[in-house]
Amino acid sequence: MFDTLSDRLRKTLGNLTGRGRISEADIDAAMREVRLALLEADVNFKVVKEFIARVRERAIGHEVLASLSAGQQVVKIVNDELVDLLSAGDRTFHLSGNPAVVVLVGLQGSGKTTSTAKLAHHVVKLGRRPLLVAADPYRPAAADQLQTLGRSLDIPVYRAPAGTSVVEIARGGVEAAKRQVRDVVILDTAGRLSIDEELMAEIAAVHAAVKPVETLLVVDAMTGQEAVSVAQAFAAAVPVTGLILTKIDGDARGGAALSISAVTGVPVKFLGTGEKTDALELFHPDRLAGRILGMGDILTLVERAQEVVDQTQAARLEEKLRKASFTLDDMLESMQQMQKMGPLGQVMSMIAGMGNLAGEAQAAVDRGDLKRTEAIIRAMTMTERRDPNVLNASRRRRIAAGSGTSLPDINRLVKQFGEMQKLMKQLSGGGKRAALGALTGRR
Amino acid sequence: MTEPASIEPESIEPESVEPGWEPDPADFDDPASNAEVLEAGSALEVDPEPAGEPFAPEPASVVPPAGPDAAEPPTLAPTAGLDAGLERTRGGFMARLRGFLGGVEAGGPSWDDVEETLIAGDVGAALAIDLVERARARRDPGGPEAAIRAELAALLVPRDAAWTPRPATGDGPAVVLVVGVNGTGKTTTIGKLASRYAAEGRSVILAAADTFRAAAIEQLRIWADRSGVPVVAHAPGADPGAVVYDALDAAVARHADLVIADTAGRLHTRSNLMDELAKIRRIVDKRLAGAKPEILFVLDATTGQNGLAQAKAFHEAVGLTGIVLTKLDSSAKGGIVFAIEDALKVPVRFVGVGEGVADLIPFDPEAFVAALFA
Repeated sequence: MFDTLSDRLRKTLGNLTGRGRISEADIDAAMREVRLALLEADVNFKVVKEFIARVRERAIGHEVLASLSAGQQVVKIVNDELVDLLSAGDRTFHLSGNPAVVVLVGLQGSGKTTSTAKLAHHVVKLGRRPLLVAADPYRPAAADQLQTLGRSLDIPVYRAPAGTSVVEIARGGVEAAKRQVRDVVILDTAGRLSIDEELMAEIAAVHAAVKPVETLLVVDAMTGQEAVSVAQAFAAAVPVTGLILTKIDGDARGGAALSISAVTGVPVKFLGTGEKTDALELFHPDRLAGRILGMGDILTLVERAQEVVDQTQAARLEEKLRKASFTLDDMLESMQQMQKMGPLGQVMSMIAGMGNLAGEAQAAVDRGDLKRTEAIIRAMTMTERRDPNVLNASRRRRIAAGSGTSLPDINRLVKQFGEMQKLMKQLSGGGKRAALGALTGRR
Repeated sequence: MTEPASIEPESIEPESVEPGWEPDPADFDDPASNAEVLEAGSALEVDPEPAGEPFAPEPASVVPPAGPDAAEPPTLAPTAGLDAGLERTRGGFMARLRGFLGGVEAGGPSWDDVEETLIAGDVGAALAIDLVERARARRDPGGPEAAIRAELAALLVPRDAAWTPRPATGDGPAVVLVVGVNGTGKTTTIGKLASRYAAEGRSVILAAADTFRAAAIEQLRIWADRSGVPVVAHAPGADPGAVVYDALDAAVARHADLVIADTAGRLHTRSNLMDELAKIRRIVDKRLAGAKPEILFVLDATTGQNGLAQAKAFHEAVGLTGIVLTKLDSSAKGGIVFAIEDALKVPVRFVGVGEGVADLIPFDPEAFVAALFA
């Protein structure tokens, strides 16, 4: 996520960090790089201009030139300004009212239907009972898509017959929620162009009819410079309360969404981070700014780890590590826990200094390296798992045949395990880069 | 798609109103419900278990596609023509650029403003800086506007205006594989392509190889019905390669001359999904040796600089032969196309300018650049 922008800024600001004192010329050069990076990240050119002006002003002032740790101060200024840019508005996800009505709006193909399902999943985790409303009568099979997603989540979907007006569908959905004792209603509306006056009037009418507590604009992270005017048009038609930034799991830098917040004051509330219905994250400006600057996002990592990792299992692993009784079974278990944390690349991109490794790690997962490792370990006897030293040539051939892999695969895994045993001991001492490399089978 | 019903017990339907054309799979599989319109879309239902068996259509299942009368007539008059569509698109952008360019001559706004305007059109910062530099070096007698126009046009690759998908070998169908990231408009584009070629009298078969996204198959069927072309589909979650293989078999058996395959949207950074796409391409190459499929990359005009990374990744995985630029009826500019054509030498074939079946028009580079300055 945003790693290319991170790389750019890291490179530019890394130069600045390397020296004690910097000149105005240094700052000019750095700001040129920052400008280009932000523009290539699709941050709106007006926002970039203001951003650069603010950072330059603060950097050129005595704050920096009089300081000995000049580089670090510039990093801090850029970080602070980014956080400011990302911090606009109230980021709380409000669910007051019974039922609380949430409406999703946006351009075609931004990911409204998928986000509706993800939001429903999130709402269920909050202990609420959502009803989904298929309020897109235009796109062929849009209601079917929502219904299929609703079924997979075991959440009811309200759909009205063809010919029902969108306002009537919305009203009907809210009424149905009351009858069914559903306390949250999430409306999936049709994609519409911001310049389509008729459909913009329609969404305003829907808003007036159901008075949503949240009106969320769904924005594709890959959107270009036009994002700002699109957001302004939607915000003019309905009181937009937040953004859902989708497809952030690609390599788009998502600068457009940053500028939407800066220009319209509408805060980003959620990030769509994958194709599955649980791939929705709360948005934290400081974390994202830190991630942009390559300073890592340990908090998100910890939070996600707490959500999925079995604490007793983790404690047992730690114990084994201390006693150096770490076996192949434990390695498999730890790998499975990491997999549960979500795409490995995402986890790793949250750790400072691991941005460039993240892509490779994801590639390793995609290639099925983890699956292969699992197959190999499962083809071993208990004795072999406890002590790989017993693995002679004949045992290795048997394991290769049993796991559908080849002898070199077995040899590599055994070697990896040896290295991992070593590296796990260093993990507390900061050897996490190598340890994760060993985990993913890539060094 | 042979599930008895799509309505969950817990789903709520107002009892008072009767279901209409509602795209309910149950309707599709019930010939009595709306046979005339739906026949075409479900005519080539293929057994969900491919098991490597060639597609053998039962006599009863080969129903002639419903004629254009049965569905919405696929007239080829776009609801928004090139000029209209582009005018709306380009209005603000080029009016401003024109103002700046005129201003340059009159000693008004600087080249920096011109550069900024190109950036605002998603041309890209690095390319915009480069373009302005080159335009200045040109010292074009026609002035800055002519210089920028010439530089923009020079980035676009030459193309044959009469292009249409043709098989590389004598007989057998032409194959078009439609690819792109999520939400760019692949299925919609296929609906429009099917209509265009069906109206030209070609026999078209669609392959519903997006087996991942919920209801993607239904969406394609509804589009197919509008132009009366058959769809080859498996169950959701099926192997997309098998769907394409069966569609090719069906096309050969029926002497169809064009197969258009829908694929699931995929982010270009997911290597396993890109590998899957490459595999689908290999299946085409294997089943119809020498067919040289057209690989159309569908790009959303609202996409920013990431569009180039997308195009490069898809080009690397499957070898693109053309681009469709969608949603050009929005307020977006689609300026990233210049960088893509320049980098990959792959031409834009069509632009999407609306949600109607005829809202897909051939891309004309000269008109495109000229429309920038309109």
